[in-house]
Amino acid sequence: MAKSFASEFTKGLWKEVPPFRLVLGLCPVLGVTTSLKNGIGMGLATTFVLLCSNILVSLLRKVIPAKVRIACFIIIIATFVIVVEQMMQAFAYTLFLDLGVFIPLIVVNCIVLGRAEAFASKNGVAKSTADGLGIGLGFTWALGLLGAVRELIGTGSLKGDVFGLIHWDIPNIFGAAFEPFGFAVQAPGAFVILGLLLCAMNLIPSK
Amino acid sequence: MEYIEIIIATIFVNNILLAQFLGNCPFLGTSKKMETAMGMAMAVIFVLVMAGAMTWLIFNYLLMPNKLVFLRTIAFILVIASLVQFVEMFLKKSIPALYAGLGIFLPLITTNCAVFGVCVLNIDKELGFMPALVTSFGYAAGFGLALIIFAGLRERILLARVPKPLQDTSIALITAGVISLSFYAFRGMV
Repeated sequence: MAKSFASEFTKGLWKEVPPFRLVLGLCPVLGVTTSLKNGIGMGLATTFVLLCSNILVSLLRKVIPAKVRIACFIIIIATFVIVVEQMMQAFAYTLFLDLGVFIPLIVVNCIVLGRAEAFASKNGVAKSTADGLGIGLGFTWALGLLGAVRELIGTGSLKGDVFGLIHWDIPNIFGAAFEPFGFAVQAPGAFVILGLLLCAMNLIPSK
Repeated sequence: MEYIEIIIATIFVNNILLAQFLGNCPFLGTSKKMETAMGMAMAVIFVLVMAGAMTWLIFNYLLMPNKLVFLRTIAFILVIASLVQFVEMFLKKSIPALYAGLGIFLPLITTNCAVFGVCVLNIDKELGFMPALVTSFGYAAGFGLALIIFAGLRERILLARVPKPLQDTSIALITAGVISLSFYAFRGMV
């Protein structure tokens, strides 16, 4: 039991990490990753929704009629998205403003609905918890990585915090003479850099 | 005049796919063939205009007066899902030719973030009813335009020799970046 729990968890972190291995849920991946801070914030918000919806869907999997399951999943997900929205307005307001429309958009994120349909509706609570947590954290590091690369190239430094708990401030990593490459933090840069990161991930075999 | 400005701003300057990053899953998923891209573009224009009108009415006449604004997300997704279902049934019965064309793309639209995103943006910007309707149409037309350009390019890429690690999604994203760059030229027009 403990072994399968661990394997469900680690699967999301590397083998099936969402935007790289499974090309799903691209809108927030491209839209909010102008900085490391926004990437991680968005990733954690999605992780919360994914974890809660996976647990609830798994608990209710024998009660929900198969015919209307998608509608039920969407309502469960939307409920948790509203919870995240309200909590962020109360405790992380600046981040909420930065992420803007992408917070309510978690409800149509294909990863969340995809995990509910493909995994949580067929597996027990423990496994679904591990799966939700693993995929969520995998999504978080992927968003963080893309955000960090874009922030580094676009501004030359890294600065920010996660919900006021962890702070980082690394100025001028490439030296003072570095000319920030604004392309990276703007819209076209998002597509090109994600494309190059995908290429880099393809070079590393997934086993 | 105001409406022309909105149309230009939503199609070119703030293109929903290339500048706002909404609706990227169908953008990459249905752009491998010109035919599917056309079908998807038409379906999005059709549904987005209707969804924009419906959600605007529901928000301003149902949620606002009853102080239920926090239910926006759940209300909108339900409206969009049932609207899509309804449109599908209606088309099947009364305009079978159009249904045959749009058929398979309609259910996909429920989880298209462009539709949901535009409805939320209309509300966030506190637009009036007519401007919201024109904005929805403009964004949908912009979606269609970008999707069709992208599908055309992807059909050409199929004929080119692409290095193995760059194949498929990777090169598609880089192509999208280049298109997005060309749309950047419209910045500052409105």
